[in-house]
Amino acid sequence: MKSLILTTAALALTAGMGMADTVRLGTEGAYPPYNFLNDNGEVDGFERELGDELCKRAELTCEWVTNDWDSIIPNLTSGNYDAIIAGMSITAEREELVDFTQGYTQPSPSAYAGMSEGVDVKTAVVAAQASTIQSAHVASTGATLVEFATPDETVAAVQSGEVDAVLSDKDFLIPIVAETELMFLEEVRLGGGIGMAFRESDDELRGKFDAAIASMKEDGSLNDMLDKWEIEGKF
Amino acid sequence: MRLHGKRPIIFSYCSDPSLLEGLKWLSCYLTTGKHMGFYVSFGTVLLLLAITAPAALAFGFGAAMLSRARLAPVSWIGKGYIAAVRGVPDIAFFLFFVIALDQGIEWLLHQARCPDWSDPIRQGNDFVVCDIAKMPLGTSPQWIHETYGFALAVLTFAIVFGAFAGNVLYGAMSSVPRAQIETAEAYGMTRRQAFWRILVPQMWVYALPGLSNLWMVLIKATPLLFLLGVEDIVYWARELGGSKMARFTDYPHGDWRMWYFLVLLVFYLAFTRVSEVVLARITLKLSHGQATVGGEAQRKAA
Amino acid sequence: MSCWDTVQKYAFQSIGYGERVLPKSDITLCDQFTLIGSGMMVNLYFGILAVMSGFIFANALAMAKFSGNPWTRKPAEWFIFLFRGSPLFIQFFFAYFLFIYLKGVAPIFGPLSAAWLGALIVLFLNTAAYSGEIFYGALLSIPKGDMEAADAYGLTGWSRFRKVMWPTMMRLAWPAYTNEAIFLFHATTLVYFSGFPVWRQQGDALYYAKYIADKTFNPFVPYPILAFYFILLTLLVILLFGLINKRLNRHLPQAQRSKVKYKPNLIR
Repeated sequence: MKSLILTTAALALTAGMGMADTVRLGTEGAYPPYNFLNDNGEVDGFERELGDELCKRAELTCEWVTNDWDSIIPNLTSGNYDAIIAGMSITAEREELVDFTQGYTQPSPSAYAGMSEGVDVKTAVVAAQASTIQSAHVASTGATLVEFATPDETVAAVQSGEVDAVLSDKDFLIPIVAETELMFLEEVRLGGGIGMAFRESDDELRGKFDAAIASMKEDGSLNDMLDKWEIEGKF
Repeated sequence: MRLHGKRPIIFSYCSDPSLLEGLKWLSCYLTTGKHMGFYVSFGTVLLLLAITAPAALAFGFGAAMLSRARLAPVSWIGKGYIAAVRGVPDIAFFLFFVIALDQGIEWLLHQARCPDWSDPIRQGNDFVVCDIAKMPLGTSPQWIHETYGFALAVLTFAIVFGAFAGNVLYGAMSSVPRAQIETAEAYGMTRRQAFWRILVPQMWVYALPGLSNLWMVLIKATPLLFLLGVEDIVYWARELGGSKMARFTDYPHGDWRMWYFLVLLVFYLAFTRVSEVVLARITLKLSHGQATVGGEAQRKAA
Repeated sequence: MSCWDTVQKYAFQSIGYGERVLPKSDITLCDQFTLIGSGMMVNLYFGILAVMSGFIFANALAMAKFSGNPWTRKPAEWFIFLFRGSPLFIQFFFAYFLFIYLKGVAPIFGPLSAAWLGALIVLFLNTAAYSGEIFYGALLSIPKGDMEAADAYGLTGWSRFRKVMWPTMMRLAWPAYTNEAIFLFHATTLVYFSGFPVWRQQGDALYYAKYIADKTFNPFVPYPILAFYFILLTLLVILLFGLINKRLNRHLPQAQRSKVKYKPNLIR
């Protein structure tokens, strides 16, 4: 169980209500722009802002917890936090274990990035973070899959020449491509949009967040937030 | 332990790091909130060691006593625990044991506090207990969650290392010369008295080499703490060392993990070195007045 | 699909034979046993090769540390301190970094960044340091009488070492060395856990256990299976080293024989 809390949010709003249970939001804290730790060591990013706003709309007190990607779902189902908001794509496999809200991003493309053009991603050596939809995709193509534990290492592996390309969410790669020598090679569409995940037995809570996401889509505030963090696709 | 909200900036010139360079930049960089987390985590590791060592010793002592029990099934429990835990790589334990422990505790609480609960605890993939059986309670403040997580990590470490300590202590108890116990019995001590007054005080000198070794191993097992959900030095070294884009930080840099791990390396080397020196001194002290070669040599020298 | 089919498909997955892609859903108990068992071959590969090669180097290290010449003693002492004083976890990390760098310097270092060679070298150096210290300790505790007897027989230099010192050192060190071997096998689970990436989904037992735990979202089955395999392996090592121990002690009266006590360390 990872119980690293980086900060509390929206506390003031519900402080008057006293005994309301806090909703614990689990994230990875290593996947900018969705979620990452800022210089102060707090959870920051698109999902941080989104989560706080959703909690406000649902009138809930929320806390942020970080957890390793590998065990993020088992820790949800065993009750160590109440929701996952960690750039998690909605997939059929995951649907069997947890329930998702509606997506709060459009089905976002994944992208290959490499150091030079002309890499054939169908046959090249491709890095991906272990246990992601991207690593499953690379394994199913003819490419040679190299799995790393963190997204950081996958990028470092391309830079060191250990692999030819990396496959990752495009939004994760955009700032890296902008600031380093990496360049985009190809895009693929994997999975649905990104949603919040809840325990299957927690329909009530999921309903609240689902409604909050719907209201943010309606009044356009979700689009503004997507814009701010330069995430592709609008509602 | 945790720093909430905005941290005060330590050096006034740090407000706009993009204008800084050289040492000034570095001094600002090394005093960010994130780095404070890194420094605090060294304390976390030391605290964990300080609590785990006696806890593991207690587990080990219990296991050794069970193993020595005259009733066979009882001694099997002790021996089984020691053998099973030691036959398995500790990572394998760490990867599922904390969740198992957490669920076990909640299950027990659930049985005790919510006897009328009719829904199943396992609902499909979910583990659901009644609200007042949650550990910690849903209403608890964050620091209780953190303390509980830390306690689980300590308990897991203590259970794993307790098995090793149990093995060492069991060996040490059998190394105390029979004659010592027989003499105690001749003086009319009961089995219990002989155990506590004669065997236990004398066994430490036999146990010390094994326990020293175990202490070193315990130190070197702490990089796996992050598996147990404790934000330890490895967690922060990875987090801080990874390359940072200018969009997400005031201090962009490339892949600096190497330097952070170098700090960890120095920390561990220094720590094991200090431990070696201290343990050598304790050995010397404990040998004093003992019926061993070391003790005999001290007696002659004096 | 019967269990036998599964075994045929996945039994050699870890070394690149059989089905190339791991199962993604409907992972049965049979799949789990087969895949984790397949990964055990990788742990065996690392363990066996590192123990055998490390054994030779450990002997050299013990001699070097034992010798009066500071030019050989000091480097051996530092080497042993460096590898025994730091966690293997961190050693793997640095090694991978170094190997990647070397690869950039000259293509001849290319294979080093792959686990089959790079991680093997780290394990080899690590176990050599630990065993070297064990052997050195044993050298120090060779009974004085044995050496005097050797002198009395007129044995000197190499033949004295080969016929008296070395066999006695081995005999004294063997119980502790057995423990070292056991925990080296346990340490092989760290190879893909820190530093070295997994290529083509061919990892060790822990990699497969993690993969299964991730796909089934249930850690309570694969990790106990992994534990089961390792307990078997531990018993096997104890059996084998026990046989060697018997041989090393065959000249001694029954009562003096040192028994191998199973007392491994954990992670380094």
